[in-house]
Amino acid sequence: MFDNFPLWPARASTTAGNVDALYIFLVVLSTFMSVAIFVMILAFAAKYRRRPGHAAEQIEGSTILEITWSVIPFGVFVVIFVWGAVIFFQERTPPRGATEIYVVAKQWMWKLEHEEGHREINELHVPVGRDVKMILTSQDVIHSFYVPAFRIKQDVVPGRYTTAWFRPTRPGTYHLFCAEYCGTQHSGMIGQVVVLEPSQYEAWLSGGGTTGSLASTGQALFQQLGCSTCHRSDTQGRGPNLAGTFGKPVLLDDGQTVIEDENYIRESILNPSAKIVSGFKPIMPPFQGIVSEEQLNALVAYIKSLNQNPSGAAGSPTLLPAGTQPQAPKVQ
Amino acid sequence: MSDSPAIVESHNPEQQHHFADMEQQRQASSLGMWLFLATEVMFFGGMFCAYLIYRYWYYPEFAAGSKTLDIRLGAINTAVLICSSLTVALSVRAAQFGKRKLLVTLLVATILLGLVFLGIKGVEWASKFEEHHVPGYSFHFEPQAPSHPNTKIDPQRIQIFFSLYFAMTGIHALHMVIGVGLFAVLTFYAWKGRYNSAYYTPIENAGLYWHFVDIIWIYLFPLLYLIDRKK
Amino acid sequence: MNMATVVNPVTERENYLNQEYGVRSWLLTTDHKRIALLYLASITFFFFVGGLFALLIRLELLTPAGDLVQADTYNKLFTMHGQIMVFFFLVPSIPAVLGNFLVPLMIGARDLAFPRINLLSWYLYIIAGILMMHAVLTGGVDTGWTFYTPFSTAFSNTKVIEAGLAIFVVGFSSILTGLNFVVTIHRMRAPGMTWWRLPLFIWSMYATSIIFLLGTPVLAITLTLVIFERAFHLGIFDPTRGGDPLLFQHLFWFYSHPAVYIMILPSMGIISEIVPCFSRKRIFGYSFVAMASIGIAVLGFLVWAHHMFVAGMSIYAALIFSFLSYLVAVPSAIKVFNWTATLYKGSITFSTPLLYAFGFIGLFTMGGLTGLFLAALGVDVHVTDTYFVIAHFHYIMVGGAVMGYLGGMHFWWPKISGRMYPESLGRLAALIVFIGFNLTFFPQFILGYLGMPRRYWQYPPEFQVLNVLSTAGSTILAVGYLLPMAYFLWSMRYGKHAEPNPWGAAGLEWMTPSPPPTFNFEETPLVTWEAYDYGNIDLPKEVPVER
Repeated sequence: MFDNFPLWPARASTTAGNVDALYIFLVVLSTFMSVAIFVMILAFAAKYRRRPGHAAEQIEGSTILEITWSVIPFGVFVVIFVWGAVIFFQERTPPRGATEIYVVAKQWMWKLEHEEGHREINELHVPVGRDVKMILTSQDVIHSFYVPAFRIKQDVVPGRYTTAWFRPTRPGTYHLFCAEYCGTQHSGMIGQVVVLEPSQYEAWLSGGGTTGSLASTGQALFQQLGCSTCHRSDTQGRGPNLAGTFGKPVLLDDGQTVIEDENYIRESILNPSAKIVSGFKPIMPPFQGIVSEEQLNALVAYIKSLNQNPSGAAGSPTLLPAGTQPQAPKVQ
Repeated sequence: MSDSPAIVESHNPEQQHHFADMEQQRQASSLGMWLFLATEVMFFGGMFCAYLIYRYWYYPEFAAGSKTLDIRLGAINTAVLICSSLTVALSVRAAQFGKRKLLVTLLVATILLGLVFLGIKGVEWASKFEEHHVPGYSFHFEPQAPSHPNTKIDPQRIQIFFSLYFAMTGIHALHMVIGVGLFAVLTFYAWKGRYNSAYYTPIENAGLYWHFVDIIWIYLFPLLYLIDRKK
Repeated sequence: MNMATVVNPVTERENYLNQEYGVRSWLLTTDHKRIALLYLASITFFFFVGGLFALLIRLELLTPAGDLVQADTYNKLFTMHGQIMVFFFLVPSIPAVLGNFLVPLMIGARDLAFPRINLLSWYLYIIAGILMMHAVLTGGVDTGWTFYTPFSTAFSNTKVIEAGLAIFVVGFSSILTGLNFVVTIHRMRAPGMTWWRLPLFIWSMYATSIIFLLGTPVLAITLTLVIFERAFHLGIFDPTRGGDPLLFQHLFWFYSHPAVYIMILPSMGIISEIVPCFSRKRIFGYSFVAMASIGIAVLGFLVWAHHMFVAGMSIYAALIFSFLSYLVAVPSAIKVFNWTATLYKGSITFSTPLLYAFGFIGLFTMGGLTGLFLAALGVDVHVTDTYFVIAHFHYIMVGGAVMGYLGGMHFWWPKISGRMYPESLGRLAALIVFIGFNLTFFPQFILGYLGMPRRYWQYPPEFQVLNVLSTAGSTILAVGYLLPMAYFLWSMRYGKHAEPNPWGAAGLEWMTPSPPPTFNFEETPLVTWEAYDYGNIDLPKEVPVER
């Protein structure tokens, strides 16, 4: 009978239990405090109601009491703060080796692309028990990726990547909502996350036709756009060799160091001159407006894939058509 | 305490009915003006905050944008404004001593200096329109040789500099226009001899406002014109 | 003024209401009490406009499908509900009406420091109101009251500039009100009215005014930049040109979080007046309650980014803002405990204002405690931007601020109008508001934890039962708001005449006739007693003590 009247959301990720535990603690604490205040007010109001022969007793206040009811709540607040912060750190730190899914949000649609190259719209299939990292960006306005059953939410901001991760624990179909108001069909920008048993997931993967993995799409683009001319797999290129660099610190020409993450790659494609790698010249043209968000994702996935497979480095010759062999490198 | 209306009326025709004495009235006006300036600081503060963040992120673009501004006109305008602050300060003194003609002269001088500033600002803005440096669809920026050989300018991001340039100087100019209008009214009353040693708060407060607008420019000039001008 | 011509047979005594008649005498008045009434009429109008939008929202949400209005219409409804309720009702409500009326009376001044600026701020409010209504009637706005970029700057094709301008102008109205209050409280106190003798309502007005002065200009410049960006294609918040939409959010919340305290601090001040009066006791811990107001005003400026935990901020920044948010909860807790302690060993009369005060304490406590959920980072990720947040801030802003406002209106209505309202109807209305409010907004906490996002025109069917409960509650709440409106109007003509001090309350405003004369006091009072000196004030026989 409670089909259309649930009182608790489905709990389908490793995070959900942690969030629920703190939530229940807070509900108990709040109920206790509210009831205590209500009861006190009503008890005082009844006991000290105005009646003949009874006058109010003037009391100035009490510093000891004031300090007590400042310090004790503060102590409780610190506990809640630390507890909440610990959960938040877990929610915000994707584990290593997580499967990556690239998400492009646009008015009013979710476009999701798996590493293996499967593309989905408003629907996401993931297997139980595997860490999944979402890499999110938006084509237009701010959206927010929200799966209540996983207790995760992350705003999707145009012009940058944000990330979120989860590890599904229970097969089923769950809501995917856009939680940041984004215009007319904001409430229609919904979809579903389908959590499958690993075997079903494999079946699903093999079922859909793909055009090759995301990284291989990126590799083809890497050739098409001529990136491989300069970003070569040796040290002779006019641009830095990208093999095995992802996630490592990069020394810039102004002496600063940045970690090469998705946002750095994104920026270096769209606006290469912003952060020049030490020892290189700002000769790369900006690709702002030339590559779409999906193509950008493929390029990022490809550059990241160079970590796992250093031999298939940038400009892998097997894929190069004969006519586009790189020129002999100029000496820096 | 002893402020029966009869005594109040006999004090000063400028004293308003709800104040106990002129001193209370003057202090109230002065505090009010200072509080108003505090709100103005917060108002400009929002833009300065945006400026600092973007300048930190997009330094090369800001430096390149800054170089297209006319440092000569900017410097002249700074001098003009500082002079106008002097005339304002002197006019407060003239009002305190009840020198009507001197007061009117100084107020008119302030207005003229203010108008000169706005005129020069107008010339600068007009040239920005001609150079297509106004953000929007027709924006176009041809970068000069950058000062650091290893920097390339993103023409998109340079619009951020010009956006802030127009927003900040525009709102500053609006404050100048209001100030000029304010002084025009005060000049009229000064001409009619309303201000004297017992009642000069309006001149003092308008002066505070003018100094504030002046100080904003003193910050705007180096922040907008003098990025990376060395060598 | 020659009073011989205007002889009122019932109240012959000259007061601010009967001293002059005619439209001119109202529209050109510089009397703070008349300006307060001008504000009262105007904010009541906007309250009902905003309330109408709220009812339409609730009716649309009766069914999961979007069937009553179009999606675009719904988006405009919640946007304009928010903008009108926040900027045209809640922010000016208590300061501009009760504050305007009471600040000079409570400190023994003849008027506010700048009466003409006070009138100007009402005119600014009216200009802004006309702009806003024009925007509403010629197409509306659909950005959400938060104006998030780049939606508001580059994607929405509604009346963003006009609405932004309206809010910009109404902001200046607030700034001028706040400026007037601060100067008045600093410079216009009657002899003997030291800072530690000020009523707590004045302390809360002082704290509110500080936020008006330092917060509102930041909102003004932020909206200016949004307007410039739309009108002149500047790129400050445009991600395609390197602008940062998050910067907008930082600037916006730098005002809009303290704005929550603009709404709640004045109500806290009212509660601190009502509770001592009807328990015949000095308030417990006067200085702690006073300093808690200032503490909230100051700390309130340091927590803005707790609205942005999932917006893409660094996790370390999130940590700091989460911690500071817990700090600001401490002074709020202090207040609740002190009000409760004030009742202890009092002599309590259950009159209408006290019922509203009890309602306030209860609802504010629940609103504040659910704030702890939202400040806890891990939980916030799940519940932010859902109906949990909607419920939370309505508990603060409607359950708290509006309850306080209504309590204050009942408490000072005899002083304002010179008439008593019907006490039994007053109690009934307070009860209806309390029940209707809880029925409307409590289900939304559950909806939020279930995951229903805010600003949804249609929703999955499993959320329907709770939404129906909420809509049902909202109709009860509407009755609760219409009822006081009706009997206040009735009492202006038929109500019993009010004594100068019908409640036996402490405070200078009760030592002058009801309604007060134009310059408030026959002669400037000399204060020789402490605030809330209830040990030395006798209850008048007239107090309605039915049981």
